[in-house]
Amino acid sequence: MQTQDAIAPDYTERPKLNYLNNGWTVKSWLLTKDHKRIAIMYLVTVSAFFLMGGILAASIRLELLTPASDLFESGTYNKVFTEHGILMIFFFLIPSIPAILGNFFIPIMIGAKDLALPRINLISLYIYWIGGALVLWALMQGGVDTGWTFYTPYSTTFSNTYVMAVGVGIFINGFSSILTGLNFIVTIHTMRAPGMTWFRLPLFVWAHYAVSLVMILGTPVVAITLLLVAIERFARVGIFDPSIGGDPILFQHLFWFYSHPAVYIMILPGMGVISELISNFSRKKIFGYEFIAFSSIAIAVFGFLVWGHHMFVSGQSMYAGMVFSFLTMVVAVPSAIKMFNWTATLYRGSVSYDTPMLYAIGFLGLFLIGGLTGLFLGAMGLTVHLTDTYFVVAHFHYVMVGGQVIAYLGGIHYWWPKMTGKMYSEFWGKISAMLVFVGFNLTFFPQFILGYQGMPRRYASYPEEFQVLNIFSTAGASVLGIGLLMPAVYLFHSLIYGKDAGDNPWMHPGLEWRTTSPPPTENFEVMPVVTWEAYEFGEESGLDIEGARQREAMKV
Amino acid sequence: MQDTSWVPLWPEQASTFAWQVDVLYIYLILISIAFSIPIVVAVFVFAIKYRETEKFATPEEMHGSMVLETVWSIIPFVVSMTIFLGGAIVYFNQFNPPDDAMEIYVVGKQWMWKIQHETGQREINELHVPVGRKIKLTMTTEDALHDFFIPAFRTKADVVPGRYTYIWFEPTKPGKYHLFCAEYCGLNHSGMGGWVYVMEQRDFDNWLSGNVSGQTPVEEGRDLFTNKLGCASCHAGGPQQRGAKLEGVFNTDVKLVGGTTVKADEQYIRNSILNPTSQIVEGYQPIMPTFKGQVTEEQLNSLVAYIKSLTPGASTATSTSAPATEAGTANTAPASTTAPRKTDRGKTAAPGSNPNTPNNGSR
Repeated sequence: MQTQDAIAPDYTERPKLNYLNNGWTVKSWLLTKDHKRIAIMYLVTVSAFFLMGGILAASIRLELLTPASDLFESGTYNKVFTEHGILMIFFFLIPSIPAILGNFFIPIMIGAKDLALPRINLISLYIYWIGGALVLWALMQGGVDTGWTFYTPYSTTFSNTYVMAVGVGIFINGFSSILTGLNFIVTIHTMRAPGMTWFRLPLFVWAHYAVSLVMILGTPVVAITLLLVAIERFARVGIFDPSIGGDPILFQHLFWFYSHPAVYIMILPGMGVISELISNFSRKKIFGYEFIAFSSIAIAVFGFLVWGHHMFVSGQSMYAGMVFSFLTMVVAVPSAIKMFNWTATLYRGSVSYDTPMLYAIGFLGLFLIGGLTGLFLGAMGLTVHLTDTYFVVAHFHYVMVGGQVIAYLGGIHYWWPKMTGKMYSEFWGKISAMLVFVGFNLTFFPQFILGYQGMPRRYASYPEEFQVLNIFSTAGASVLGIGLLMPAVYLFHSLIYGKDAGDNPWMHPGLEWRTTSPPPTENFEVMPVVTWEAYEFGEESGLDIEGARQREAMKV
Repeated sequence: MQDTSWVPLWPEQASTFAWQVDVLYIYLILISIAFSIPIVVAVFVFAIKYRETEKFATPEEMHGSMVLETVWSIIPFVVSMTIFLGGAIVYFNQFNPPDDAMEIYVVGKQWMWKIQHETGQREINELHVPVGRKIKLTMTTEDALHDFFIPAFRTKADVVPGRYTYIWFEPTKPGKYHLFCAEYCGLNHSGMGGWVYVMEQRDFDNWLSGNVSGQTPVEEGRDLFTNKLGCASCHAGGPQQRGAKLEGVFNTDVKLVGGTTVKADEQYIRNSILNPTSQIVEGYQPIMPTFKGQVTEEQLNSLVAYIKSLTPGASTATSTSAPATEAGTANTAPASTTAPRKTDRGKTAAPGSNPNTPNNGSR
């Protein structure tokens, strides 16, 4: 550090205390109000859920290696895919980017000391833990077999598994989302540093603003729906079960009214991360800033109006179906706008191929396929054939894994030096990014073909003619699994053996790169005043590029 | 019959609208390629051509372009509208059953498909249909949701408890095709399927005659109506009857108490049997008891088929043991063209015959 300081005098002296070493007791973690520590606790828990969901996914692929249900009985298989869906969606995908990266970086990016409501932030973590613990308890007791969609009347009348315990767990967990969203909105409105106007906000923050709207408006609906399921199961009040006067389609309307916007809860933060990565690693202002910002809001708003496209064959009216199909096509446009703007950002940039950028470029390819196949499923006549087949499975994995998970990994790699102060191995980072990309495509692309063939989803056994493509898929899953496990190893390794990252290893202009790594508890030594636009890379925005080049030269 | 290539890419095309779905699919694949190639090429070209040549360089700033933004908002919108229209047209074909279709009733049950032909044959997990005939399935379920899916016909629909859903198709090619349940329904969901056999008309006729057939749905329905459930005691059609007249009621508009009008379709008939007080016909009292729990889904189908078969002028009281009011004309004229062949077998009124007996010698 001393030598570096000699070269670059403004390479600020590291303060002795940062958020990580400011208190070592368990209590100092569990009762912290520091958004960064809360984010790290989320990171640990979310990763554990991701691992569990991943093991379940591997079990699914192993079972589907052969047409017969030989690894599991079909009852076990039904529980495995249900639990895979529940853990991945409610306990991994939804909290992943917002609760970890959003929590950690939104206050820093807007130049605030913390979120507006730090205690609420801690409570939302505890709510997440309680909901998760309840679900895990239910899984240990025997699990649940309704599918993550909990369709009635199967879930209310016919399933003899732990439906209610899991339902209550998800109900509780929902409040974690609601409070996090609320916290973000209040923070973005009230805590911006002087000079940080709305149109100087990084797009990551815009994306989280849109997500927060969806979380606050959508999550209560799924909570109410699960409550109604509980009332029907316990009190036998006819709400969804037709044998006691209810309507099963009503459940689907309520469920998808939340769960379709929830898809945007899962993908919008990923889009925010990608906007950051593409712009920063091209060292160029993002193309069409306002269009990307407002397309996030447009997706959040229109996303509430398309839930019926999950129900084209459920018995809803033909004309309702047409309205939903039309709106589904409309909501595709803002996603296309983002795609074009990201591509245009690369034009005449200075594109580097660091690990996070590899993830971002991978995202462009996978999200392209995920988005286009969404059009297949929005076209009614075609989706009659495709819905409830592996085509749907492939489509949403392209969006959820190819989109959100890839963006999440890209974001973790991008901000890891800031969060921990350590740099991981670029070599292994690149290898793993490429393995994930190849393994992912090999896993899920064959499923599009399987789906058009007519292989229904949620099948423990299947006709023999589908086996070859299933073997491809399982082979791909093993590559994907290795690609996903590798970061766990080299990121841990970097914590102990990694090189010091420095405050701004990429020389990026965001506020998070203008504080020390890891940041101090209050985020900034001196509270910042923003005088530059978003994504301004020149020296005039205060970046010491010359100094960084000299340090770079010293390393070599 | 089934595709035997090493990696099957294309499912069999065996219904009149299967090609439309395939055309839509190919159209979308072409659009996907047309959008993907420029983007993928641009990403690669830009990423290579403008790769970092100097560490931490500051490339020249570029602002957005209103023209470009407009172009790449409008083009996807226009293209997506063509997809919407194509999808809507095909969907309309898939879900508008023609009037002259041969009707078959389907009841889903964890984990089997029970099928009733109008001619009295019953099948489980198999469906035999003639080639070149329009076929309409009227479907419901005894328990959870199911979904009747025939990939070769490119159609499916959820089967929902408490109501009827419909699909129709016209098979174009004899063969044996997969039948799947596509809506998750519990333990043995992946075993809830079977085969659809599309046969030449001649073979189909042989199949029909080679099978012991039970009562046709209309016959069973009449039996239930007049004897087992005693519907005829109120609905036999006399002027002083307490129950509404049912002759010719199907597909007409019925005036309800409170002034609303409802179309007397299958759903209305079903609802009026299970939940009679919910829709009271104008001029009648809400005195009919519910038959919920007393009739099976298959019996309901038969009752609906029977009531559909009642044409104006014909009396409902046809059975010998019916409480004859002024029933003179002991004749019904079934609406469908396929039903009459079995109407006069005289088996209908056999007392004590259990309408529930499956009688399916088809397997």
